[in-house]
Amino acid sequence: MTDQSSGQKKMKLHGLLGEFKDIESILKASAAIRDKGFKKWDTYTPFPVHGIEKAMGIKKSLVPKIVFTCGLIGGIGGLGLQWWTNAVNYPWIVSGKPLFSVPANIPIVFETTVLLAAFGAVFGMIFLNKLPQLYSPLFTSKNFSQGATNDKFFVYIEAQDPKFSPDRTRELLESLNAVTVEEIEEEEHAWSPSLSPKMAWSIGSIVFCLILIPPLYIARAQAKDRTTTRVQLIPDMDQQPRVNAQAASTIFVDGRGMRNYVDGTVPRGGAQTNTGYYTGAENEEWVSNPLPVNRALLERGQNRFDIYCAACHGIDGSGNGPIAIRAKRLREPNWVPPLAMTDSTVLERPDGHLFNTITNGIRNMPAYGDQIHVEDRWAIVAYIRALQKSQHATLQDVPADKREQLREEGQK
Amino acid sequence: MATTAVQEIDNTSNDPTKRPTLVTGGLDFNGVTETVCRVAEAPSAPKSWYFLLVIAVAALLNLFVWVGYLITTGTGVWGLNNPVGWGWAIVNFVFWVGIGHAGTLISAILFLFRQKWRTSINRFAEAMTIFAVMCAGLFPGIHVGRVWVVYWMFPIPNYLNMWPQFRSPLLWDVFAVSTYATVSILFWYVGMIPDLATFRDRAKDKIRKFAYGLLSLGWKGSSRNWANYEWAYLLLAALATPLVLSVHSIVSFDFAVSQLPGWHTTIFPPYFVAGAIFSGFAMVISLAVPARKMFHLENIITLRHLDIMNRIILATGSMVGYAYIIEFFIAWYSGNGYESFAFVNRAFGPYAWAYWTMFTCNVIIPQVFWIRWARVTPWFMFIISIFVNIGMWFERFVITITSLSRDFLPANWGYYTPTYVDVLTFVGSFGLFLTLFLLFCRFLPIVAMAEVKATLPDAHVYHPEEDH
Repeated sequence: MTDQSSGQKKMKLHGLLGEFKDIESILKASAAIRDKGFKKWDTYTPFPVHGIEKAMGIKKSLVPKIVFTCGLIGGIGGLGLQWWTNAVNYPWIVSGKPLFSVPANIPIVFETTVLLAAFGAVFGMIFLNKLPQLYSPLFTSKNFSQGATNDKFFVYIEAQDPKFSPDRTRELLESLNAVTVEEIEEEEHAWSPSLSPKMAWSIGSIVFCLILIPPLYIARAQAKDRTTTRVQLIPDMDQQPRVNAQAASTIFVDGRGMRNYVDGTVPRGGAQTNTGYYTGAENEEWVSNPLPVNRALLERGQNRFDIYCAACHGIDGSGNGPIAIRAKRLREPNWVPPLAMTDSTVLERPDGHLFNTITNGIRNMPAYGDQIHVEDRWAIVAYIRALQKSQHATLQDVPADKREQLREEGQK
Repeated sequence: MATTAVQEIDNTSNDPTKRPTLVTGGLDFNGVTETVCRVAEAPSAPKSWYFLLVIAVAALLNLFVWVGYLITTGTGVWGLNNPVGWGWAIVNFVFWVGIGHAGTLISAILFLFRQKWRTSINRFAEAMTIFAVMCAGLFPGIHVGRVWVVYWMFPIPNYLNMWPQFRSPLLWDVFAVSTYATVSILFWYVGMIPDLATFRDRAKDKIRKFAYGLLSLGWKGSSRNWANYEWAYLLLAALATPLVLSVHSIVSFDFAVSQLPGWHTTIFPPYFVAGAIFSGFAMVISLAVPARKMFHLENIITLRHLDIMNRIILATGSMVGYAYIIEFFIAWYSGNGYESFAFVNRAFGPYAWAYWTMFTCNVIIPQVFWIRWARVTPWFMFIISIFVNIGMWFERFVITITSLSRDFLPANWGYYTPTYVDVLTFVGSFGLFLTLFLLFCRFLPIVAMAEVKATLPDAHVYHPEEDH
């Protein structure tokens, strides 16, 4: 606080920077400093100087080991990827080739090996060099920042080195023919004004994790079961636009999605000139069944009745189909119970009326005109008549020669 | 800064008693820095730079128009139809990928062979590689039709368990080209870090200081860092060397693994690689000759560099010529009627004009480089390099189109013609390439300063600690 009020920052010595005139002198100086046993020191040159690793006593770089490991992972990973995807997860035979064969996989294995090894070389180097390191006290020296990456050679010994002493180290550098020796200072307890490597790495890691959130969220959303329509990043014909019945459309000039018949044309099956046959009524009079009633027609009618009608009206036409029973049990308020085929209304109605009821529906009963073919509707009408006869007949309905037989069987 | 033209100095002599100078004009360490940095630090670029940039950006906008048209309308806007389903898109793809190869060859293979002359040209040859690969990647990317699902080419986990087909050369291509692009960018960037630090240290205004400071990662030239850096660079070179050979081999598999006469040949991988290096060096010459003039780099990219590159063009051009001739021999020697027909059809069929354009540009014209004058005269070699570029484009055209247009069944034959969209898209790809290249010249270190300095005589002294 006192430092701030006085307007002066407390500086402390960070190290000594010695400039050397050429490669020969810096190599000699490096060897001498190494022999003195200094640990926290470095040399700075505009290009890699050959022999300086030895002169400084730098250990062999770890980069080759990192590259080898990454390359190995890349190669095995590339092979594993091809094996798992094409031979295990989704086995897929192409041109009769085996699902897994090493020769066909070699190009990809090679590429993944090189790719990961290259990543290892670059990021391994960056990591080992503790880069990015955007701030350094050395940048405060004008001589350093103008020369280190241009044409000058420097030795820098940090004050933290146990062998460091401001005077003796300066003398050492001067005795090694340093052109200049400069004190590099750093603010004491300074919060690094720029990004320190540690901070850069942690910020980088956090940013990286944050970047991962959207793709992971998307991946989860894509993989999860859901009841509503899946969000499609790229629709790609999964949901195709279509025109619903009666909906508007911009495609046609009149703005309607549905089309009228072209003038003067008749749709297939639309030429219904025999009105009685197709509607059940002719000249405002109900017609009787126009089809010849025979065994084949009745069996067809029974087949259709059991499919379409029995669900409500019951297999015997008594009005107690499974839906009717259930609706009764649930006490559906709007339910109109289906009539029994032997109900007087049904009995009295002419064939054409029944046909019309099947075609267009009545009360709760939907229209079946679109689902049941005309002949089949007439077949059902014929079958209904048969059902009625089977349950609601008098002796007069039985042929005269069979009446005696019936009476005898009834007495048994 | 010096605005006057630099005197050309002939340093091409190969007197075995003298070590040839790679950098002329008596440049020292600081001289190299000044020469290279002033390209980017000059308040305004040369007039010719602005002139070229306007043309390049216009061509680039033209690319956006036709790629947009293609994506919104479909690949039918190109001249593709049966029997030629691979038209200019694949021709341009192979053309651009091939051009990229010279950059990697210069930066990686010559590094491993300790060819020190590479240091003057490797940086912008690498930049050329990256921009060429970007142009190359564009064409198959837009050729797939539905570009929005182009990521299906990569093995991305999905709920359909739908994976790429790893036994297809087209997929190898995806991996080869994307790996090549990635490794090239890494190699280029790593090489540039020390030079970006030089730019940072010389930057006057805040924006440049910040941008170059960030890009150079705080590089200070510490010897402890150089030790790791040199290993990383060496290993990247060692990785990029087989990579560059693999890329064009795999590109050639796109053709060679199919069974079409004229494609199904084992000579393709080496023949494609030689052709790639040939076309790439021609492109380096096409770029280096104007660039050294425009930015006064004659003392760094010297006549000796150009001379060596022209020798490589002569050598690889002759290899390509050998491949053209041996293809005919094999077609005859194989005794396969379809194979023989494919080659006779190339030279004397409906595309004979394309074949002989290719043959003249690639095999006959580069033979002038036997003459020393041709190898050391910049304006002349520039013209020759343009011919080589044209010839190498036609080589890919001839291979792709002649085989597809006349295959086994004469009933399927057809004659392919491109549409104006094909032509303008290809012109646009040059716009992309040139725009990026011109921006690179102006804003990034165009020459690898740290590497050039290491080749100067001052960088070699008696090492007191070295064992002898």
